[in-house]
Amino acid sequence: MLSPLDRKLLRDLWRVKGQATAIAAVIALGVMLLVMMDGLVNSLQETKDTYYERHRLADVFAPVKRAPDRVLDDLKAIPGVSAVVGRVNGAALIDLPAQEVPIRAQVVSLPRSGDPILNGYRLAEGRRIDSDRDNEVLLLKAFADARGLSPGDDLTATINGARRIYTIAGLAQSPEFVYTTPPGELAPDDARFAVLWMNKPALEALYDLDGAFNEAILALGRGAKLPAVLGQADRILRGYGGTGAYGLEDQVSNRFLSEEITSLRASSRGVPPIFLGVAAFLLNIVVSRMIQSERSQIGLLKAFGYGSAAVSAHYLKFILVIAVGGAVAGCLLGILAGVNVAGFYQTYYKFPFLLFRVDPAAFLVGILVSVAAASAGGIFVLRGVFVLAPATAMRPPVPADYSRSAGVVRALGRWLDQPSRMIARRLIRQPGKSVTAVLSIAAGMALSVAMLTLMSGFDRTVRVNFSLVDRSDVTVTFAEPLSRKAVHELQSIKGVVEVEPFRDVDVVLRNGLHAHRGAISGRVAEPRLNRAIDDGTNTIFLRRDGLILSEALAETLHIEPGETLTVEVREGRRPILRLPVIGVTEAFIGAPAYLQLDALNRVLGEPNRVSGSYLRTDSIYNDHIYRELKNSPAIAGVSLTDDTRASLRKLLDTGAGAMRYIMAAIAAIITFGIVYNSARIAFAEREQELASLRVMGFTRGEAAFVLLGELAVITFLALPIGSGLGYYLSHAVAAGFSTDLYRIPVMFDPASYGSAIIAVLIAAFLSGWVVKRDVDHLDMVAALKSRD
Amino acid sequence: MSRRPTARKNEAFVVNSVSRVFGAGHTAVHALRGVDLDIPESELVVLLGPSGSGKSTLLNILGGLDRPSEGTVHFFDRDLTAMSDVELTHYRRHDVGFVFQFYNLMPSLTARENVELVTEIADDPMSSGEALALVGLEERTDHFPAQLSGGEQQRVAIARAIAKRPTVVFCDEPTGALDSQTGQAVLRVLQDVNEETGATILIVTHAAATAAMADRVIDFADGQIRDVRINEHKVSAEEIEW
Ligand SMILES: Nc1ncnc2c1ncn2[C@@H]1O[C@H](COP(=O)(O)OP(=O)(O)O)[C@@H](O)[C@H]1O
Ligand SMILES: [Mg+2]
Repeated sequence: MLSPLDRKLLRDLWRVKGQATAIAAVIALGVMLLVMMDGLVNSLQETKDTYYERHRLADVFAPVKRAPDRVLDDLKAIPGVSAVVGRVNGAALIDLPAQEVPIRAQVVSLPRSGDPILNGYRLAEGRRIDSDRDNEVLLLKAFADARGLSPGDDLTATINGARRIYTIAGLAQSPEFVYTTPPGELAPDDARFAVLWMNKPALEALYDLDGAFNEAILALGRGAKLPAVLGQADRILRGYGGTGAYGLEDQVSNRFLSEEITSLRASSRGVPPIFLGVAAFLLNIVVSRMIQSERSQIGLLKAFGYGSAAVSAHYLKFILVIAVGGAVAGCLLGILAGVNVAGFYQTYYKFPFLLFRVDPAAFLVGILVSVAAASAGGIFVLRGVFVLAPATAMRPPVPADYSRSAGVVRALGRWLDQPSRMIARRLIRQPGKSVTAVLSIAAGMALSVAMLTLMSGFDRTVRVNFSLVDRSDVTVTFAEPLSRKAVHELQSIKGVVEVEPFRDVDVVLRNGLHAHRGAISGRVAEPRLNRAIDDGTNTIFLRRDGLILSEALAETLHIEPGETLTVEVREGRRPILRLPVIGVTEAFIGAPAYLQLDALNRVLGEPNRVSGSYLRTDSIYNDHIYRELKNSPAIAGVSLTDDTRASLRKLLDTGAGAMRYIMAAIAAIITFGIVYNSARIAFAEREQELASLRVMGFTRGEAAFVLLGELAVITFLALPIGSGLGYYLSHAVAAGFSTDLYRIPVMFDPASYGSAIIAVLIAAFLSGWVVKRDVDHLDMVAALKSRD
Repeated sequence: MSRRPTARKNEAFVVNSVSRVFGAGHTAVHALRGVDLDIPESELVVLLGPSGSGKSTLLNILGGLDRPSEGTVHFFDRDLTAMSDVELTHYRRHDVGFVFQFYNLMPSLTARENVELVTEIADDPMSSGEALALVGLEERTDHFPAQLSGGEQQRVAIARAIAKRPTVVFCDEPTGALDSQTGQAVLRVLQDVNEETGATILIVTHAAATAAMADRVIDFADGQIRDVRINEHKVSAEEIEW
């Protein structure tokens, strides 16, 4: 048998079911976001760790020009090194019949027999390479899928200048290539980058590396010190043309993947708490107002002899059913959404499997925050009610005292009619309620503003990058730095309108303890096809006397214009340079460091070298141009800006970037929930007065005016405040979404604010319409019977 | 069903076989069971009966807040039972004043403003000052309900009810929440209003003593009229024995 109090509880819940559902939904969404993001971060991290371990991904990569196999013993002897493999790692071009532009590929050696000791692979389809066949390859599964290739098919590839036909034995996946991008690009494009695995002897022959290797990969034991190992490896390999050993953290695929996890983790720490905070705030307000409206019932219960504890327990149960119900629903939704989004991730991060796991702490945090917010709202009000003598409930309630607002409203002038005065007095006399109502709507709106600003920031990133920064049609990269003659040859191709040479040099930038492994981009003095821009989107002219860093890079390195940076060049003679920083520029994509081309060549002591060129072309001749480029042996790669733009767009629309759509939807729902709740609460509090107005002969419209007028005033007050809060929230959210790969700028975008305002107005309009219906159906007799 | 000819000029209400059933089936409550009643214009009528006998239900129907399940109610020559919701609103707006047990004032408006709430939408109202003077509250026009005693609040409610110069004023237990002395003062006000404005006044109460001040006393029990008495020796409110 249910106790009478519990039956009251169930009936009360049923009575406020609409509102309770709206509150629970807001809570559920906040918790859902938390659980989903947390699950996603955990899952990616765990999947990554498991995958790396299962296929023994190396900890150190040490490229050299040519080192005999016996050097491996020296490397093995470095303290902390547990395993060493020497392999051949080179570039290749794949020639597909239907494709004008040759496809860039990486080719990696496998031991003639057995599993690789390090950097293993997972055979997804077909079979392993026959140890006796030099013409068999394993092909990266993602590329094969994108190009419709299967085991047994032939593949034409040019490796170290030798063009041959190979047979695809099987399709493979590897933790070394979870995330692959065409060289020099940031966004993955499965169809434009391939990895080939071949027998080591076959590759040795192609690269003339018999009994030698050009890359050593090392695994470290527990407790090994990475910097020490890198230092010793560099010392050992110096004589063999070593270009600098680096750790897994600088390995391309791992770097992108870790970066993604880091940024997801950042946004999972930064953004869901904002949502949950807004939801908790709302819950707090709604609960306290609900309890407030139960005042006389509380007094009655106490008059009957129920103790404060029993009454509190009753109302806490009421609150908890809503809060816990919402939080639990949020947990379930979060798991559901998390599994789906994680699956989505597999299109970019090529994991053969995905482990989905949510940290129980996320559930706990979600539920506790909801319960705490709700209980705090309830307890605060209950305390106020308990100080009332139970007898208060037996007498007609003392009307709320509006006398303090008299002066203000009188000052508002004679033009206010009585209903308007009622609105004005309520707003002024109960500033606490008005302020919380305004703030809660403003908070909901701020979420929407922040998410919309973020969305337009993403668009702007792409737009600025491709309309203002990169205005070329084709980017050509040379296999190695060439003389200016190569530029003239490009210029002479029919259809090439403009050629802008560049030179990218791999470097490590250091400022004290802060280091960044990247490149210096050497550009002509007045770039036209690929420019550096400032935040006013004006071209920055590059200078000879120092580096211009992207803002992100300057932040990473903690450096300001006027200071000097140490630059360790990682190619050629590998000089160590000191270069002044003379400026900082906005760059949404990547983290470039610019220097004028001639100045770069001069400090390197290699005059007139270029590593590639940007081309502007006449599109009618494109086929001809691509054919010419394809046949030029000096060219390592050709990327079309259209392709790059498309893959960048795709990158921003999936993965962490795609979260913005989910969050924007959640923000919209929360905003709506808040506005709707405000209207509902206002109605509940005014029901009595509205009924009295109807009794006195006020029409439905006139009575509704009192309610809707108040809602309108509160909504209009919330708009500017919501805009202001939204501006600050935008910065927090954009920071949570920005990564080393791209930065999401926070611009004052009137359209975002306009849309958020429209969303709030629509929510207010719909909510108003719903409560207007309630005013129409008001039961005058019943409302007058109850005393409060 | 036979219908009487149009109500005579001096009958404010003609109630004909009115029943009101709440709910349906075996939980149905028959609040009114065939009420027939005439209420002449300008009289002060007291409706007496035990709690739950259907007094409020009848009053709500007469006041246009509710509709009978069966039967008709005429207000002069207008059939209330045939009116649309909009017409009923119009009726309450121009012809009816209400006074409730718990005053039902707007806490956010001063005494004067509570009265103006009604005069603003009425056709030929008295001024708010005039109405408040009638109930003896000319000194407290700018006070908010929270600053007034229960009796004063009820007098504001009466002022608000009469300011529109209503044809009829309904009072449902107007003294129910007041002590006897304050209750007497409130009844005095109602009596004055009746004498000065000629409004028909219907007072619902379970306090039998109130009958002494009425022109006509209706005894109500179990949803039916038991007795209608004409009070030949009407006394003033102060002389009522409590
Ligand atoms: N809305 C309603 N629903 C169900 N029963 C009602 C409703 N209103 C009144 N009643 C019932 O009708 C009867 C008469 O009520 P009422 O007119 O309020 O009595 P009185 O005013 O004489 O005390 C009572 O039994 C009451 O319970
Ligand atoms: Mg009653």
